[in-house]
Amino acid sequence: MDSSAFITLKDVVFSRAGRRIFDGVSLDIPKGRITAIMGPSGTGKTTLLRLIGGQLRPDSGRVVVAGQNVPALKRRDLYHLRERMGMLFQSGALFTDLSVFENVAFPLRVHTSLPEDMIRDVVLMKLEAVGLRGARDLMPAELSGGMTRRVALARSIALDPELIMYDEPFAGQDPIAMGVLVKLIRDLNSSMGLTSVLVSHDVPESLSICHYACIIADGKVIGQGTPDELQSHPSERVQQFLNGKPDGPVPFHYPAGDAGSDFGLAGGLV
Amino acid sequence: MTDRLAALGRFGLSAIASLGRSGRFLAGTLIGVPKPLTGLPLLARQIYSVGVLSLAIVVVSGLFIGMVLGLQGYTILSDFGSEAAIGQMIALTLVRELGPVVTALLFAGRAGSALTAEIGLMKTTEQLSSMEMMGVDPLRRVIAPRLWAGFIAMPILAVIFSVVGIWGGMLVGVEWLGVFDGAFWGNMQSSVDFVDDVINGVIKSVVFGFVCSWIAVYQGYDCVPTSAGISSATTKTVVYSSLAVLGLDFVLTAVMFGNF
Amino acid sequence: MANRTMEIIVGLFMIAGLAALLFLALQVSGLSPKPDSASYTLYAKFNDTGGLSPRGRVSMAGVTIGTVESISLDTDTFQARVVMSIDADINNIPADSAAVIRTSGLLGDQYIDVSVGGDMDSLKDGDTFYSTQSAMNLERLISNFASGL
Repeated sequence: MDSSAFITLKDVVFSRAGRRIFDGVSLDIPKGRITAIMGPSGTGKTTLLRLIGGQLRPDSGRVVVAGQNVPALKRRDLYHLRERMGMLFQSGALFTDLSVFENVAFPLRVHTSLPEDMIRDVVLMKLEAVGLRGARDLMPAELSGGMTRRVALARSIALDPELIMYDEPFAGQDPIAMGVLVKLIRDLNSSMGLTSVLVSHDVPESLSICHYACIIADGKVIGQGTPDELQSHPSERVQQFLNGKPDGPVPFHYPAGDAGSDFGLAGGLV
Repeated sequence: MTDRLAALGRFGLSAIASLGRSGRFLAGTLIGVPKPLTGLPLLARQIYSVGVLSLAIVVVSGLFIGMVLGLQGYTILSDFGSEAAIGQMIALTLVRELGPVVTALLFAGRAGSALTAEIGLMKTTEQLSSMEMMGVDPLRRVIAPRLWAGFIAMPILAVIFSVVGIWGGMLVGVEWLGVFDGAFWGNMQSSVDFVDDVINGVIKSVVFGFVCSWIAVYQGYDCVPTSAGISSATTKTVVYSSLAVLGLDFVLTAVMFGNF
Repeated sequence: MANRTMEIIVGLFMIAGLAALLFLALQVSGLSPKPDSASYTLYAKFNDTGGLSPRGRVSMAGVTIGTVESISLDTDTFQARVVMSIDADINNIPADSAAVIRTSGLLGDQYIDVSVGGDMDSLKDGDTFYSTQSAMNLERLISNFASGL
């Protein structure tokens, strides 16, 4: 990739509970662009975001964000770096005991000492950006799934971060909510010049908005490039994933023993 | 046989690892006091939910336990014709033992389980993670106020428990059974020492408050983020807190009152 | 504002705790509000202290004038050495007064009763009672009485 990579992963190895999740992943995420990281469920896409955010440490390898090696950062520096990141969790992760307004105001109150009327203005601006200025007095329990994610989005951009990470933003959304989110992600990127990282397994939506995509399977990057490059990627596995074929290099059957012995046929299947 | 030995070893190792994790967790929580301006309202909110909301159950239990002590004490002591010593018996039992211990057990059931469930749910719904990603340390923002609140609220609750209990005992002993109230208070005052009995009782409840809230917040923070995980963490909070309180009570009693 | 109400309630809660502690101090343990009054130390040696224990009462004519600080064994005379602290305002105990261990009621606590002597001099800080009378041992008394018959 070009030299303006905002995030660089180099030979990242990570394993949890004895299972190797990443086995030497290297990738660059360019500044100011939308990068989609795709892959089958359970390949550790969310784990990748947590590695970037410093919530997890890799067994080896480097995770460089904005020129700083995240795993080597001290606690204080890590928290400083995180003020420059926003993350949209799959569940939204709104604070259930605070109203919509207070949720969006939370990072401002903690990290800035702005006067109350300034906070109010900023919060309403951010809510306006996601189209929910009218919902400011609702409690998170009163919101629909799509609205929850939009409020969470407003909260993650409250501090005007340089990087925003979306964890499965489209999962479980109806088509309209999905359309709204696609539009929001694209608008935020173009209007604020955010570096966006999108983790998803919704191929069409992701490919429609990203500038650059990368597919992970079995702990390795199996293909990367622009959406067009990927569509004509020679690898069979990439094609299987992009086109959603049930069988192929990723087998339909989970690895199992001999079927005959499981079904009680001593001589094997006849 | 070797399997069992191995299982025992694994259990022991994981118990020690869990203890180590909880110690690191405690250090992370206590090091760095929260900013005073934002910290105090958070602390007040937690004292409210942990302390004030437990007040009703503590007062009612204290009243009944005091009344039962009054009745039982009267039946036993009147055999020796020394029912005037009832005040002394009630006050010493409550101030030294029942006040701190029963309050701690009630606290573990009422407030500790709620703390665990709340924090466990915050973890399950990724609220703790998202706070971390916003550059806010959940240990200081979420855990520390709750730990301190338990630490502050428990002695207050225990002292209120003792006072209500003594009042309940007086109600039964003096008002209903007709013990002379001068003798009731007089015997009490001559046998209860402020430092040796009252302050030691308060020290006990401070220790219990600390241990109970530590267990509660740790179990919530360390729970497996599923509904089954939260329910098992809540159970563990109540069981471990109760056992810890009773065990520590023995140790503290032996240290404080053991030398005679 | 709900926040404000909650803070006030928490404040009341803490005041209630303090009030309860004050009640325990004044009404239950009988701690007097005046500062710890000065006291001085007297010693007495007994052949048998019986059930006397530290923190026990020292009284004169039934009025409490001090407390037993500690009881230890004097390894030279094999007697019990009792340290008492006496209120400073009781500063004219005659030097020939006797310390007597008595029991309140038949089965009650044991305490030290100072039976007043007639000397013009009075006991001072660090002095030892000249004459003492040990605890009355009910069992021994009864067996003596029975064998004396």
